[in-house]
Amino acid sequence: MENKSLRNAYAQALIELAAENKDIVVLEADLGKSTMSCLFQDAFPERYFEMGIAEQNMASTAAGLAIAGKIPFINSFAVFATGRAYDQIRQGICIAKLNVKICGSSAGLSDYGDGSTHQSVEDVAIMRAIPNMTVLVPCDAVETKKMVNAMVMNKGPMYLRINRNDLPILTREDEEFKIGKLYTIREGKDVVVFANGIMVSKALEAAILLEKEGISVKVVNASTVKPLEKEAVMQACKGCKGIVAAEEHSIIGGLGSAILEALRGERDFPVEMVGIQDKFGTSACNYDDLLEYYGLTTANIVNSIRKLAF
Amino acid sequence: MISEEIVKKVEQKALNLRKSIVEMIGVNKTGHLGGSCSCAEIVATLYFYKMNIDPQNPQFEDRDRFLLSKGHAALVQYAALAEAGFFHKDELKNVKALCSMLQGHPDMTKTPGVEANTGSLGQGLSIANGMALGLKLDGKACRVYVIIGDGELAEGQIWEAAMAASRYRLDNILAVVDRNHLQATGATAERFDLGNIEAKWEAFGWNVIKIDGHNVRQIIEALNRAEQIKGKPTVIIAETIKGKGIFFAENNPSFHHASMTIQQYEEALKCICQCNTGGDYNGE
Repeated sequence: MENKSLRNAYAQALIELAAENKDIVVLEADLGKSTMSCLFQDAFPERYFEMGIAEQNMASTAAGLAIAGKIPFINSFAVFATGRAYDQIRQGICIAKLNVKICGSSAGLSDYGDGSTHQSVEDVAIMRAIPNMTVLVPCDAVETKKMVNAMVMNKGPMYLRINRNDLPILTREDEEFKIGKLYTIREGKDVVVFANGIMVSKALEAAILLEKEGISVKVVNASTVKPLEKEAVMQACKGCKGIVAAEEHSIIGGLGSAILEALRGERDFPVEMVGIQDKFGTSACNYDDLLEYYGLTTANIVNSIRKLAF
Repeated sequence: MISEEIVKKVEQKALNLRKSIVEMIGVNKTGHLGGSCSCAEIVATLYFYKMNIDPQNPQFEDRDRFLLSKGHAALVQYAALAEAGFFHKDELKNVKALCSMLQGHPDMTKTPGVEANTGSLGQGLSIANGMALGLKLDGKACRVYVIIGDGELAEGQIWEAAMAASRYRLDNILAVVDRNHLQATGATAERFDLGNIEAKWEAFGWNVIKIDGHNVRQIIEALNRAEQIKGKPTVIIAETIKGKGIFFAENNPSFHHASMTIQQYEEALKCICQCNTGGDYNGE
């Protein structure tokens, strides 16, 4: 399978949309060569604002630009975009439901070398908890591009969580992306795995392995973490014996939590979670070692499915 | 030259604002009396002399924008909006009531004439910067006015915004620091001594004007002068008295957020009434 850069896809999508839509503006906190917002700077220098290493000011400035009718995209590493600027996002942007788009790049453990300070394990949880916020986690470059389009087409505050590393293409160019829709990318009837980001490919690998054992696994790309409607989750779980939630995020407050919240009050839906066990990240020499260390593996998804299938 | 008539008109408006502030707080209810009264002349000058606004069409594109970064002083803005006719003065009675259009802090989604959600301190100048950038992108000549508290200057984001405004040469921004020397629990100087506040803003690339923030003529002249400065933002450091105009609240940190007894309420209204007739009332 071909691996492609999500952050390049993000910047390219913005550039294409900005050619038509003059309201799109981009703000960056001195990480443009990592977030790839630098490509937008080359294309539209007059609509690109380098805001320095000052994420709080960047977020509130975006609020002002949104009030002035612009569609600002603010960029930094996920941990800083959501954590450093949390209060600005909550107070100045979300209460008034302003049209500010937040791109959290190098999310999860994907900035493997930089360690706990630069890896985000709780960004989805804190963004998801804010009223009016939409939370999107693309699994590949194709989906990233479609999400950026949806972010421009739909008003309101949105958080896009982008992996730093190239990931396999799993979604189709010709399938429309809709915020809030759950995408079944492999049919199955025994157990359903809800995954997003890098964990979608691992869920697919698990499904293929288990097919040989006679376990039929459905894989759902839950790339919208919020809003996540009960009916959509119930529909996806129909007929299955159990649910596995797999995410590159703390098990506290992420996709798994969102699914449990959506299913509250419903009987007979045992849920297993594959995620980071309430720990901070750490440095590693490569991404795969880190994913292995935190148990974000195909093997762990397989084991979780087996627990539910019998 | 600004005519005496104009100055008198704005001074009268400031008194009207103070009266509304006192009435909104009322008896045995709490409210931010001190910080609302310290900037009454500044707010009155902006709304009733300087800004291009249309109460009948609060969102018209070419309006000047007003932001209260020190959002806890919302009462003075509500008083000004009602006085200007954005909504009926009767609405002031519902301030802070459940689901009222007049929230404890400014809310652009609820109140006509409020331009942003402020009150988490330190954020208003950054939001103003964003508005000013947006207006420049659209080639609009209108201006953004933002009032900041002096205690609020302890927030680091203010200085991020100060750097950004001079970096992007936002000469369509005018910031006013309401320098009342007090914050919620005491003297600003006893928390972080701001020292030479003018030198600080100058060092961040701003044009600085210092005035008496209760002298309407000085406020008018400073606002007009600021408009002529191109290529950099201007800040007015307005020396003020917290609780100004209400003798028992003046320079009294306990009236940052407090309630009044029935006696205090009546005396407060009497203070304002005396000022109306040209006298000074100090409770004697």
